[in-house]
Amino acid sequence: MLSIVDNPRRTAVLQRVLPSGSYVGLARRLVERSALLYARAWVVLLSGVFEPLFYVLAFKIGFGALVPAVTGPGGLRLEYAAYVAPALLVASAMNGAVSETMSMFYKLRFDGLYDSVLATPLGTYDVAIGELSWTVLRSGLYAVAFFAVMAVLGLVTTPWALLLVPVALVVSMAFAAVGMVCATLLRSSAQFEYIHLLVVPMFLFSGTFYSIDVYPLPLRWVAELSPLYHGVELARGFSTGVLGTAMLGHAAYLVALTAVGLYGTSKRIGRLLLN
Amino acid sequence: MRSDEAIISGTGLVKRFADFEAVRGIDFQVRRGEAFGFLGPNGAGKSSTMRMVSCMSPRSGGELRVLGMDPDRKGPAIRARIGVVPQQDNLDLELTVRQNLQVYGRYFGLTRKEVRAKAVELMEFARLTDRADHDVQPLSGGMKRRLTIARALVNDPEVLLLDEPTTGLDPQARHLLWEKLFQLKQRGVTLIITTHYMDEAEQLCDRLVVMDGGKIVAEGSPAELITRYATREVLELRFPPGDQHAAVDKVRDLAERVEVLPDRLLLYTEDGDAATTRAHDRGVRPISTLVRRSSLEDVFLRLTGRTLVD
Ligand SMILES: Nc1ncnc2c1ncn2[C@@H]1O[C@H](COP(=O)(O)OP(=O)(O)OP(=O)(O)O)[C@@H](O)[C@H]1O
Ligand SMILES: [Mg+2]
Repeated sequence: MLSIVDNPRRTAVLQRVLPSGSYVGLARRLVERSALLYARAWVVLLSGVFEPLFYVLAFKIGFGALVPAVTGPGGLRLEYAAYVAPALLVASAMNGAVSETMSMFYKLRFDGLYDSVLATPLGTYDVAIGELSWTVLRSGLYAVAFFAVMAVLGLVTTPWALLLVPVALVVSMAFAAVGMVCATLLRSSAQFEYIHLLVVPMFLFSGTFYSIDVYPLPLRWVAELSPLYHGVELARGFSTGVLGTAMLGHAAYLVALTAVGLYGTSKRIGRLLLN
Repeated sequence: MRSDEAIISGTGLVKRFADFEAVRGIDFQVRRGEAFGFLGPNGAGKSSTMRMVSCMSPRSGGELRVLGMDPDRKGPAIRARIGVVPQQDNLDLELTVRQNLQVYGRYFGLTRKEVRAKAVELMEFARLTDRADHDVQPLSGGMKRRLTIARALVNDPEVLLLDEPTTGLDPQARHLLWEKLFQLKQRGVTLIITTHYMDEAEQLCDRLVVMDGGKIVAEGSPAELITRYATREVLELRFPPGDQHAAVDKVRDLAERVEVLPDRLLLYTEDGDAATTRAHDRGVRPISTLVRRSSLEDVFLRLTGRTLVD
């Protein structure tokens, strides 16, 4: 994943397209800092692995017993746990990305971390890409754990399901990018509530637990704006092995959000710190 | 490269925040290897200038060259070769002393091996070796300041920018820092220092500019400025606040210049003791008298009509 910052050729390309001085290709060094911190707090990392386990267990053993088989992509009949697990996998990527990027608020407003970083050769895109990469890396770890749990519970039935992990990375990337912009816009930690106000309905209403086909049309359009919806569609498609060209659109939407989010984050950091 | 070349130069340099002009067209040159000071009261525009030089704040007008490059276009290349000590410490409070230095070195693209060695050397320099693997948070203010300065040296900078390096430190810690800065200067590092302590400026700076309200009001070496704008000695006559006005007329002709402060009169004269005797003869009875050498404080008072440190 870190290849976005690791690859010299890509660095050169990015340097040409991004504003002068805003990217020097040292984003990885900021990832190292985060890794160093978590090396001291690896228990925190581990706890993130248990969360999905509880979720899947709850649906497999408890909830799944109440709900008969449901209709998945392409009219496929499948047990409810198999229907909901891929969605939970990407939802957990979303949650991880949002909570990780919210910590940027403190680093930006109180700790002066980015002030000190921007006094080195690193530019605003290095900061944005560095923080994004760490978030994605961390989500990747959780996605692998989640996938392993699914496999153990017999919820992995096709080799396509292996692509759940990259899907989680893309979802995490999009949410991290947008989450970072939000974090730079917050003025106090009380405003974290606004973020919850966005994330919770997104979690519940993005086709995570049921298809958004049940909504009347205008509401469906709203649901389709949700990045999580696109992540869920991708995940469920790969998890069941039912692929379609629409998946390209879902992926494009998430990638586009990432680009916009990175651009916004870099701009905001510049506006706040390099004034 | 000649040693008297300008390593940094500003011409008509302006910094605007919305419609407020913090730096109002200043000209200055810093030569390689010298210690250059920006002296001025709160809000003079010292930090704003430093931030422009360290490529962390785009200029609003005028010209600026740092190491021969334009900060607007070569920010990262310039920052790679300078060290920045901001007015407010911004150490990484989540890391240890050693990690602060190592991680910061990594931001400059140094290898792991290089930063390991560098951290050891700099902890020695900052006298923090015994705290190497402690958290930064509980360090004293002076230790944090030393670490911030050490951190700014991690890339072996050619220019070190220090924004009020000793504000908030006790006298002992200040002297220790001065000594460290002196060592750096000996090694050929160009120092740029802002301060509102005139003794610091006199101690450290080869040359300095006095800033006030976003403008440079004087420039020269500390000694030059004192000769130009003050007399050799100053006689301070201290009165109960308010009573000083009555004595002004009696002493006016005893000195080249008399400054009236809220609690005292300053008589600028070549011979302080003689003036003391004559004032006494004329029946002037202050609470206390003091004869001292002129300082940059007096230069500042002369130039702006205000004291530097309130
Ligand atoms: N980011 C900013 N936005 C708006 N105004 C600013 C900003 N930074 C500085 N100023 C204003 O510019 C003026 C000069 O500030 P500056 O920090 O450069 O002064 P200074 O000489 O460093 O003062 P001090 O000795 O207090 O540190 C002040 O009036 C300050 O309020
Ligand atoms: Mg300042």
